[in-house]
Amino acid sequence: MNTLSLDQFSSTAQASNWFALASPPVFYRVAGKCIPWLFALAAVLTVIGLALGFLIAPTDQQQGDAYRIIFIHVPAAWLSMLIYLALSFWSAVSLIFNTRLAALLARALAPTGAIFTFLALWTGAFWGRPTWGAWWVWDARLTSELILLFLYLGLIALQAAIDDSRRADRAGAVLALVGVVNIPIIYFSVKWWNTLHQGASVSLTAAPKMASIMLSGMLVMTLALWAYAIAIALWRVRLLILDRERHSVWVQAATRAIS
Amino acid sequence: MIWQNWSAFIAMGGYALYVWGAVLVFFATLALELFSVNLSRKNLLRELQLEQLAHDTEDGETV
Repeated sequence: MNTLSLDQFSSTAQASNWFALASPPVFYRVAGKCIPWLFALAAVLTVIGLALGFLIAPTDQQQGDAYRIIFIHVPAAWLSMLIYLALSFWSAVSLIFNTRLAALLARALAPTGAIFTFLALWTGAFWGRPTWGAWWVWDARLTSELILLFLYLGLIALQAAIDDSRRADRAGAVLALVGVVNIPIIYFSVKWWNTLHQGASVSLTAAPKMASIMLSGMLVMTLALWAYAIAIALWRVRLLILDRERHSVWVQAATRAIS
Repeated sequence: MIWQNWSAFIAMGGYALYVWGAVLVFFATLALELFSVNLSRKNLLRELQLEQLAHDTEDGETV
């Protein structure tokens, strides 16, 4: 009985801590503390990941050194989809619970998502040219990833076109949720259709030792990009919070403190 | 280190254009993103400070 009430107490205390994060001034401060650490983590992991991929991993027997594009291409492509899922999640939260911060998180993720989608397509083109002989083919994987880029750009343009910021948030959230159907299409495209694009990269090579070095390089780069994406999205969210809350007492006090 | 020397590293087994074309654009794009967010941070802070200044002087006149 005693332990139960203690557990209940601690869980409600924790829950209220988490909900406190939804308050813009608290989130602004906590995010500000996390950002430098996340950028530092991203930088360290990038150095390790690039060293594994470009200095230690051996040359591929079939593709030569062209395969090394995998160390940036696959993490960027994974992240382009993952960011869209995170963006859709926060869009759903903002629609269901009508929380302002969730809408800002979704907004802050969109440019980074668009950038990683572009980078997945760009690095894919530079890999496709030496291996397939073409910069671009209208393959299911490539086409659905291109649609993802248009979804991100459409979302950014839609929100920029609506003056009332709360209405822009809602319209963007609805568009994001409609577009989420594209994510499983991208992911399973290599299974559902006969594509030129190869299947899952994790089982790319036969030699186990080589696969493990390649895999670790790819995973370290993936974590590096995650840390980078979270850091820059939090940075953007902080600016969005300042912009939206500019007439509040705490932002005015903070502005006075800076000047 | 699997490379004999720096020029072998740069040459990337004959795929230099593709490998470095992908890598350079990748990191240049991320650098550009960082630069652009930092620029919008500076612009926003300047805007808020000007707004604050206008607000404070207005208060001074009415008092």
